[in-house]
Amino acid sequence: MKIVFKLFASLQDYLPVEAKMTNALTLELDEGTTVQDVIERFALPQKSCKLVLIDGNFVPPESRAARALRDGETLAIWPPVAGG
Amino acid sequence: MAWTRKVLRVDLTNGTCKSEPLNMEWAQQYLGQRGLATKYFVSEVDPKVDPLSPANKLIMTTGPLTGTPASTGGRYSVVTKGALTGAIACSNSGGYFGAELKFAGWDMIIFEGKSPKPVYLSIENDKAELKCAAHLWGKTTWVTEETIKKTHQDPQVRVCSIGRAGENGVLYACIVNDLHRAAGRSGVGTVMGSKNLKAVAVRGTTGAGQIKDPKAFMAATAAGKKVLAENAVTGQGLPTYGTQVLMNVINEMGALPTRNHRDVQFEDARKISAEAMHEKRPTDGKTHLVTNAACFGCTIACGRISRIDETHFSVVNKPEYWGASGGLEYEAAWALGAANGVGDLEALQYANLICNEDGFDPISFGATVGAAMELYDLGILKASDIGMEAPFGSAKALCELARMTAVGEGFGKELGIGSARLCEKHGKPELSMGVKKQEFPAYDSRGIQGMGLAYATSNRGACHLRGYTVASEVLGIPVKTDPLVTEGKAGLVKAFQDATAVFDSSGLCIFTSFAWSLADIQPQIDAACEGDWTMEKLNEVGERIWNLERQFNLAAGFTAKDDDLPPRLKTEPAKTGPAKGLVNGIDKMRPEYYAERGWDANGKPTGETLKRLGL
Repeated sequence: MKIVFKLFASLQDYLPVEAKMTNALTLELDEGTTVQDVIERFALPQKSCKLVLIDGNFVPPESRAARALRDGETLAIWPPVAGG
Repeated sequence: MAWTRKVLRVDLTNGTCKSEPLNMEWAQQYLGQRGLATKYFVSEVDPKVDPLSPANKLIMTTGPLTGTPASTGGRYSVVTKGALTGAIACSNSGGYFGAELKFAGWDMIIFEGKSPKPVYLSIENDKAELKCAAHLWGKTTWVTEETIKKTHQDPQVRVCSIGRAGENGVLYACIVNDLHRAAGRSGVGTVMGSKNLKAVAVRGTTGAGQIKDPKAFMAATAAGKKVLAENAVTGQGLPTYGTQVLMNVINEMGALPTRNHRDVQFEDARKISAEAMHEKRPTDGKTHLVTNAACFGCTIACGRISRIDETHFSVVNKPEYWGASGGLEYEAAWALGAANGVGDLEALQYANLICNEDGFDPISFGATVGAAMELYDLGILKASDIGMEAPFGSAKALCELARMTAVGEGFGKELGIGSARLCEKHGKPELSMGVKKQEFPAYDSRGIQGMGLAYATSNRGACHLRGYTVASEVLGIPVKTDPLVTEGKAGLVKAFQDATAVFDSSGLCIFTSFAWSLADIQPQIDAACEGDWTMEKLNEVGERIWNLERQFNLAAGFTAKDDDLPPRLKTEPAKTGPAKGLVNGIDKMRPEYYAERGWDANGKPTGETLKRLGL
């Protein structure tokens, strides 16, 4: 299956160079791959994965290990940020 | 210092400046800045007053922590009856002006009447006098500030002023200080202009003092700074990316109002985001962002200083705009960008520079352009009416309309009346995206339900800075709540509104609340200010201020019908994103909120509530 994976703010440093201008990367994943699996595959610091969204919906920390990604979904992650 | 205990009363009609003691009984009930100035204002001004008449007053006010070593202690506010809204207005600004006013020995300045000719107020410590501003009238805020500094032969004079927008009656004119900080919303600059008051120049050398317990105060402020530094948002996120980092967040969540709220996601959001500001441009190899910046005493430093692309069409042969200057912040980038469908970062920066230079609110301006573009799209406004083609997405139209609004030329005059009056004039009042005639900021309330209630009930018209439930609904501060449901939002909005009123009355910046709660500022206030400032007292002060503002608005003629959202947000579901199919549930939340507040079904505080709050 394929998903779109997006990293923003300081986390974009974990993207390959070719993906930095869009903040997005298409990933080919095995069925059953979870949010936590992707976080670990990219070696993202756990404490930096503050805002984790699948198709814009928040995935709380306690659900990330169990939440399997589905074909066509977009996974987007931010470190702690704020604005106004 | 905490309170200086001195108020400067300026009678513009008669040209006099008079010192009077601060009402310390009121200071104990309303703390300072927003709360205390509102108490003065409602005690002296008829709620039915025409905002642009001499009978309206305008108060510039500091908080007890303004000018102290407390982090972000540089804020000041302007309280008046808003020209745009006809409601109570309180616009808050950073920079260095507020602290300088405190150093000169003043808690607040009350302007009353109207000067027969343009003047500016000059303050040097105790000495205050009105001076002729004939040579400044017709000048931008940037020229005004520079001219005053040269005239006074003192580069450390701090200046706040109106630009040509405030002189020309743009109803959402700002008061700009330190070149690019502004008391921005509700038309406080329009009121200043109506009084023929061009600027206030202040120099203070009295320093800090009158701290109740200096040792405890320094310990409390040091502890507070440690919290800010160690917090990932205030210590790293905001200084590095600024507020603009929200552009992609809110877009992904399907809550980025786009093309006058027709859509909730913008296809070019990334092009105008914080991430884009960090990238090197192909034209000159430079990044848009030059550096971050801090206001007086701030240890967060969220401000953006950027340099526009000199080859961009908007500034070719205009070197006066090529230097590093303020922007873009999230709200301005959204209003000038997504709200109009414009995805050209440099064009947004140009329009933002014009807003700073001539002093008008980029949120209301951008949203009004969005409304005009929809009227154009519907064929109600023609190119001949506007003076150009103005489809959604036109960067050229945005830039030219900014210039025309600044100088009051052609269709710029119409844009200067704001979206509510513009849409009403053209027979489509429902296309104005705002509350109480003030335009929405950058969050679509179909995707963030609590913000719909916060907008509808904001005492100064649609505003994100009266109850920023985005912190909870999106960012999980202090706790994560579901943005797509209405349950629990009445209590959440009330809690945010009351706490914000305390922050706004202290002299501190509301952005500290991403790391601090009231429990973090309570020891700072208690150590600085005479009296016993407990958490219980602060909570009561916040609620008292909110109800005082509400009482003024009710007396001014507002009713529960004004606590509402435009029909688009109640009947046209979001087309994409997590909120697809949803409208805002304001009609469900409003009565719950009234009950939470201790108000009756008509939105009026009950006698019991007023008695409890000492109102």
